[in-house]
Order: sequence, then C-alpha cells, then structure tokens
Amino acid sequence: MIDLKTLTIRKAHEHLKKGDFSARELAENYLAEIEKKNPELNAYLEVFGDVLEQAGAADEKIKNGGGGVLLGIPFATKDNILIKGRRAGAASKILEGYVATYDATVIKKLKEAGAIFLGRANMDEFAMGSSTENSSYGVTKNPHDETRVAGGSSGGSAAAVAADLALAALGSDTGGSIRQPASFCGLVGLKPTYGAVSRFGLMAMGSSLDQIGPLAKTVGDAEIIFNAIRGQDSMDSTTISEKTYSVENLPKKFVIGVPRDFLGEGVDKKVLENFEAGLKKLQQTGAEIRDIELPNIKYSLPVYYIIMPAEISSNLARFDGVKFGAKISGANLLEDYMKTRGQLFGKEACRRIIIGTYVLSAGYYDAYYNRAVAVRKLIADDFKKVFASGVHAIATPTTPSPAFKIGEKTSDPLQMYLADIFTVTANITGLPAISIPSGFAASVDKQLPLGFQLQAPRAREDILFEIGKKFEKI
Amino acid sequence: MMANGMIYLMLKLEEIEKLAKLARLEIPAEEKETLRKEVGEILEYLGQIQKLSPKEPPKEAGLVRNVFRDDREPHPSGEFTEALLANAPDKEDGYIKVKKIL
Repeated sequence: MIDLKTLTIRKAHEHLKKGDFSARELAENYLAEIEKKNPELNAYLEVFGDVLEQAGAADEKIKNGGGGVLLGIPFATKDNILIKGRRAGAASKILEGYVATYDATVIKKLKEAGAIFLGRANMDEFAMGSSTENSSYGVTKNPHDETRVAGGSSGGSAAAVAADLALAALGSDTGGSIRQPASFCGLVGLKPTYGAVSRFGLMAMGSSLDQIGPLAKTVGDAEIIFNAIRGQDSMDSTTISEKTYSVENLPKKFVIGVPRDFLGEGVDKKVLENFEAGLKKLQQTGAEIRDIELPNIKYSLPVYYIIMPAEISSNLARFDGVKFGAKISGANLLEDYMKTRGQLFGKEACRRIIIGTYVLSAGYYDAYYNRAVAVRKLIADDFKKVFASGVHAIATPTTPSPAFKIGEKTSDPLQMYLADIFTVTANITGLPAISIPSGFAASVDKQLPLGFQLQAPRAREDILFEIGKKFEKI
Repeated sequence: MMANGMIYLMLKLEEIEKLAKLARLEIPAEEKETLRKEVGEILEYLGQIQKLSPKEPPKEAGLVRNVFRDDREPHPSGEFTEALLANAPDKEDGYIKVKKIL
C-alpha cells in the first residue's frame, strides 16, 4: 500500500522515477480509495473506465525515461471542464447525455504532461453556489466532518483531494469556488490572475470573472500545476502573455497589507483568532504587517452579485434543448425552450438568471449593472493604490466561518452568498489569490480546517507561492 | 419605481412572470411566490451600491484588451459535424431539427 496521506506531486514523481511504485499501482491505490469512500462522500460524479490504461501509457513513458513531474499523477477534474469523448455536465440535468467534442486547453496541456484523469468531480450546478448543495446529483460531504459541506462550487474537487481520492484537482473560480472549498477541506487553492489560464473548454459562468486553477495539498504542488496549465491561448482571447504585466524581482522583505475595517462584522471568532495567528507566523518569516484601507471593498459582494448573474443570464442562454443536452418537448418551439430551461435548470440557476435579467433590463440597467461596473473600477483602483504604496500582498481569512452544516443555509440564498465575502474581491479585480491551510477550528468533536488568503498584483502568482511556502513551513 | 433616491424593491408577481418569460423559463406556479420573495430580498441587498456617490468614474477600455486570432487555416468542412450532431436532441439528415416557427 502506498501512503497516500503524505504523498505530494513532487514525492510521487520521485517514487515513480525511482521505480518504488508504478503509475498503475498509484492509480490502483486511488481507485481503491474511491471505491471505499466515494459512495459516502459523493466527490465524483463518474469514475472513468480507462484509468488503468491511462496509467499504463504513463508507465511506458516513464520506462523510456521521458516525461516531467506530472507524468502519471492522478487528477480529479471539475465537471464543467471538457475532456474529449467523455461526459461533461456541470452537474446539471440540462446537460444530461452531453459528451464533450473537444479537449479544454487545460486538459490538452495536462494530457501532454502525462497526467491521469480519474473522473469528473461534483460541483454546484454550473458552478453556482458555495456548498455543492446545488448539484443536481446530491451534495458532496466534507471528509473532515461528513455532516458538513465540502464548500463550493468546486466541492467535489476539494473533497476528492482531501480524502485521498486524487492527488490533485482542477477547479474553476468565479467568486471563490476554488479557494473556499480548499479552505473548508484543508487544501491549497489558487485562483490565478484573470487571463493567466485559458478558459477554452470551460463552461462559462461569469466571463469577466472565471478562472481555472489547482486544488492541491501543498503550495509547491499548486505551483507545479499552475505552471503546467498557464499561458496565452489563441482559443481564449482574454489570455495574457508574459509581457502583459511588468513583473519585478521578488522583494527581500515582504510587506503584507491587512484591511482591518473589513474584518469585524459577521466573521466567526475562531476564524479571526486563527487569522491573527497567521499574521504572527508571517511576522516570524520576517514580513512586515501593515494596516491598509480599501474604502470601497465593502461593496465587493453586491457588485459581484450584480455582475455575475448578469453574465450568467447571457451565458446560460445557449442551453435551450436544441444543440446539446436534454430536452423537454412542448407544443411549439417557444414551449420547448420554456419547459426545457424551466424544468431542467435547478432553483439557484433560475434565481440567478432572473436576477441577471432584472439588472440588465431597461429601467434598472443604470441603477444596477452600470453602477456595479463603475464601483468595480473603484474597488480595483483601491487595490492598485495599496500595491503602489509598497504592499506586496493583502491578507484576509478565506472564509468568514469554517465549513457549515449541510442544509444550514439552503433556505436562505442571501446567507449563502455572504460566505463569499472575502473571495469575490480577487475576481472583481482580476488579481491572483491563494488560500493556504492555516490550522483548525474545534467543533464539538471534529477539527474543521481554516484557510488564510493572500491576494497579489496581477501576474504575481510568484509572490503568493513564495509567501505561501514560508507560511507552510512554520 | 424610484422613491427617496432608492429603488423600491417590492417585486410584484407579474414582474417575476415577465422576467421569467424574457429568460425563457417556465416557473411552476407554486414556486413563483418564493422566487418573488427571495429575488426581492437579494435585490434589496444589492441596492446598497446606490448609496455610493452617484458620480460614476469615466468609462475606459479595460486593462485586458481583446485580442482576436487570425481567421485562417479553416478545418475541412464537415469534420466535426457528426460529433456535434450526436449531442443534439433532435436531428434529421445532418441537420438539427426544431419545430417550425411560422
């Protein structure tokens, strides 16, 4: 038996290279864990039937001395990322039966690197949610406490890695959907700079906000995956090149900004204590902690929950029962649309489509959408000013509370939205952000993981990795 | 709908029905009232951005500029037709089939 608990990508790579175990044996170990734990956790919607063949191909390459660090590494991928010839459904009934006709760019890159795809991970329908409770195929449970959510929307990806059902995973992050589940499950989660990773082959949710990124056990593993999937792509015109933003050398001494005014109300006491302890850790690494002001940050959540549904109402218009997926037939074409969409989209998808339609409709457009776009600019300018003043990264908790109970927030959508308070800013501003495990909050009989979030200037993932690695060591 | 500079947020059931129709969503009758209440509460929360000074910063082209790829090297006609059509719920003779609209 391979000790999966302590395994990282880097370690697995060394073992594969030395021949301590084969890619096939590694994959078999993960498949055995999946068989044991997935029925209860519901992290995977589907486990692929050809995992051992994929691993066999990787072993061939290892034998021939080829391949990089990801060769033979088993991944879980979120159900909204396309792999050619395989089912993809964004955990929605409206895509029942849909088979991807091409590889997403991130998949193409991982395939070239020799990664193994174990299966598609559960998520909130079309990535809308913070708990995976909006999946059409049941909630994903938190491996640290099965009465609690794994977070969302990439909850399946997070639970899979946390329970050793995959060594690493891909998720997508529109308002925290990688970082929040990473925090709830005790993992590292990275939301790259807007444009750093191609979204070609990712089902669009909020196109001005979406990014694909890794969920992994260590900062080093997240960095390996990020370097493998990043880069300009002619199939996604929003991708950036290495020249898009100027990047300076890493500073000798890091200055970490803390927006104190933003950390009071509605934040769990244990989360705040853990955050203060995190800041102390950073001080021990020689970093300076500086109080900063981001005057408009309090408007981040309303801005996000206007812009995101507006983009959803437009992006989800393509699901109409004509081109792909499932269809419910009516008396005429209009009824086909109405029934297919009305009956096959879940409640949260309908809610957000309605809100998006409202904020974009004549009469409300200026008061909501236009205003939100203007405030978005104010928030981005606040961050720019802070970074220009010599701050290298901004620290907050990742979430205002540890993982909540299954069902706790399902009857109150607004309460669910508030779980995203610290994560949405990075999507609004396009900044890279990382969540790093920072310890635990004790509940009655369980230890619930907490996360420490850092945001850096655009294209400065290197700062996040550098500080993150120091943070991990203490 | 403006009262005291704030948007008046009690949504009417007819408004939900109109929005649902625009968005091509058939909402079951028993869910409309819940939706009206939830959407109303959410919009009220979102309305707090109205409190900010109404002076909007000038619009500008984003930092991330749109870059179009060259339109060249097209794939052979029909290369993907079969795979794409396989996903369509209704098809006939290499076409997607829909109900007539006239």
